[in-house]
Amino acid sequence: MSYKIYEINEDLLDVMPQEIRDLQFKATWGNPKRGVMDLPYSKELIEEHSLCAGCPESMALRYILASLPNPEDTIIVNSTGCTSLVFPHIALHTVHSLFGNQNAVASGIKRVLEWRFPDKVKDVVVLAGDGATVDIGLDCTLQSFFRQEKITTICFDNEVYANTGGQESGLTMKGHVFKMAPKGKQWDKVPMWQLAIDSGCHYVARLTVSSPKRVETVIKKAIYVAREVGPTYVHLYTPCILEIGLNSDDGLDEMRQRDKERFAFFEYVSEPAKEVIERKKEEGLL
Amino acid sequence: MQTSTERVIYNRAGQRVVSPDYLLFEAPRTKHFMTGSEAVKEAVKRASVDASVSYPITPQSEAAHLIGELWVEGYVGVYFRGESEFGVMSEVAGCALAGARTITTTSGPGTLRAFENFPMWAGTRIPVQLVLMARGVNAPLSIQPDNLEVGFLLDTGCMIWYAENAQDLFDMILAGFVVAEQPSVHVPVVTVVDGFFVSHTREAVMLPPDDIALPPYNPYKAPMPVIDAEVPPGRFLRDPFVMKSNYISYATHASWQWEVRSAIERSRPFAKHYLRGLIEEFGDPSAELVFVACGTAAAQSKEAVRLLEEEGIKARVIKLKTIRPFPIEELRQAVKGAKYIFVPEFNVVGWLEREVRRYLYAYSDAEVIGAPRVAGGMTMPAEVIVKEVLKLTGKEVKHVI
Repeated sequence: MSYKIYEINEDLLDVMPQEIRDLQFKATWGNPKRGVMDLPYSKELIEEHSLCAGCPESMALRYILASLPNPEDTIIVNSTGCTSLVFPHIALHTVHSLFGNQNAVASGIKRVLEWRFPDKVKDVVVLAGDGATVDIGLDCTLQSFFRQEKITTICFDNEVYANTGGQESGLTMKGHVFKMAPKGKQWDKVPMWQLAIDSGCHYVARLTVSSPKRVETVIKKAIYVAREVGPTYVHLYTPCILEIGLNSDDGLDEMRQRDKERFAFFEYVSEPAKEVIERKKEEGLL
Repeated sequence: MQTSTERVIYNRAGQRVVSPDYLLFEAPRTKHFMTGSEAVKEAVKRASVDASVSYPITPQSEAAHLIGELWVEGYVGVYFRGESEFGVMSEVAGCALAGARTITTTSGPGTLRAFENFPMWAGTRIPVQLVLMARGVNAPLSIQPDNLEVGFLLDTGCMIWYAENAQDLFDMILAGFVVAEQPSVHVPVVTVVDGFFVSHTREAVMLPPDDIALPPYNPYKAPMPVIDAEVPPGRFLRDPFVMKSNYISYATHASWQWEVRSAIERSRPFAKHYLRGLIEEFGDPSAELVFVACGTAAAQSKEAVRLLEEEGIKARVIKLKTIRPFPIEELRQAVKGAKYIFVPEFNVVGWLEREVRRYLYAYSDAEVIGAPRVAGGMTMPAEVIVKEVLKLTGKEVKHVI
């Protein structure tokens, strides 16, 4: 990789906004031990974004970007939705293609990068909402697990199609009234974390983003395991405070509450994944 | 030709790298007897292909199998079966975005299932090659040849080339990569051939040796940065984010749409060179009766010209090799002096007739006749074409049984 990718053209340096300059001068690169503890002192690859004030998804993005062990060689593939509003503000190679095909696009990218650069570590991370991951894109998501693609899939579960104005999704709870479910949703929330295990993921975690340090550990484990073993899946609760009628400062409390119920921390580690995680711990990277 | 003092370069498969001109025009060729699907394999074998993703659908499945064999033999770098045509065209996009010379194949309904991807391919400026072995689109269920889906593809921002036979297909696949990857072009190319009629029939194909191949794709020459975290600029979104509602974003999106279409226009000189012209003419140049056709409809029209000669009617064929870009000037020039223009087609809607009318409007006084038109898997016997002509002239129809 070339760090030059992340450098601003010298001739434009003086006219660039401080936000962008910070991405170059205060971001952390080349250090696999980087993490959320660097957040107060550094700029974590994301500038101002256009998500709603207090949106837990923006917290999630900041923690994830701070936790990437290898940002200089990480490609992020995303999908249409609230997350795609953020990607223009991230200082990484990102790809937005269509709605729901993110795991298929990521499969192509990962396989070709592995073939073109057999001696380099290139991490491919998929980052999309519940609609893209579990509804329209479920086929592509699960099939990438079946094929054992070495990619990390992160689902931002806000239990709703938020960006299109609040329609129920496969991850909405049963009975919840949302647009397009005017009588309340008729069936249960899809247990995506279980489907991921059954479909061949080697590391699966379900959690909220109320604890930054825990997000960091989970993301690092997921990426290290994907790099060496096979697909990994992280399910994060990032409530859409707008659609469930909460104030901007209520997101954290909402997540802390759900920590104790349907988003209680859950982790699955396959045998080959355990070996990788233990080794990374010994190396001081986890 | 490389001389002994030159450094000989080999691709990853160990084939000697030669120039596209050498491979297409100068290398000695030998005659082989093979199906259209096998011609695809032979082309891919000489194309230094990096990646291919496949999905089964008749009649293209065999071509996709054979690309898989090339992967086992080391000629193709990455190969796997995707989950559906939608998934495959997405995976193929990923391969190309990551810097691979990429090819895939599909047919009929699969094309429509994958459809959302084609404008995305063009919009991200990836030079993927799709070999489309055209087939009917349901319902009712059909696996028979037809080329209706090509009409849908015309305005996706991809180049559309049309092969008449296995030989055309072989040469067009090689030329397709070369033209699609020109930095000033760099858009996808859809190489169409009529399914079954070409994919499943055996004919003589002249092939250059298989130990030479096209120069490998250099993704760093692409007009858009490759997504491999190796080269600047990196801080960008591959899909320019223009969803905000303001004048600049409208203008950005609009200008990008024009740019994709301009890229197709810029392919003209390259396509003209590597395809030896965008059209091919057959028959008596002075004939006032002209067939404008592509694919096997052009082959059948050539037969019809021979039959009409026996009837004492002079006719000629203008075969279109490219539909996008459309050979506008070539066609206008070629139909000068024409009185009747027949457009024989393998689909119900007559998309080629629409194209021909559009580009000849106010340029030709000839009467354009959208016939004959067959669909649903029917063949187009030359006699059917002759019958249409004889109907026009009021002559007795002798050749049709």
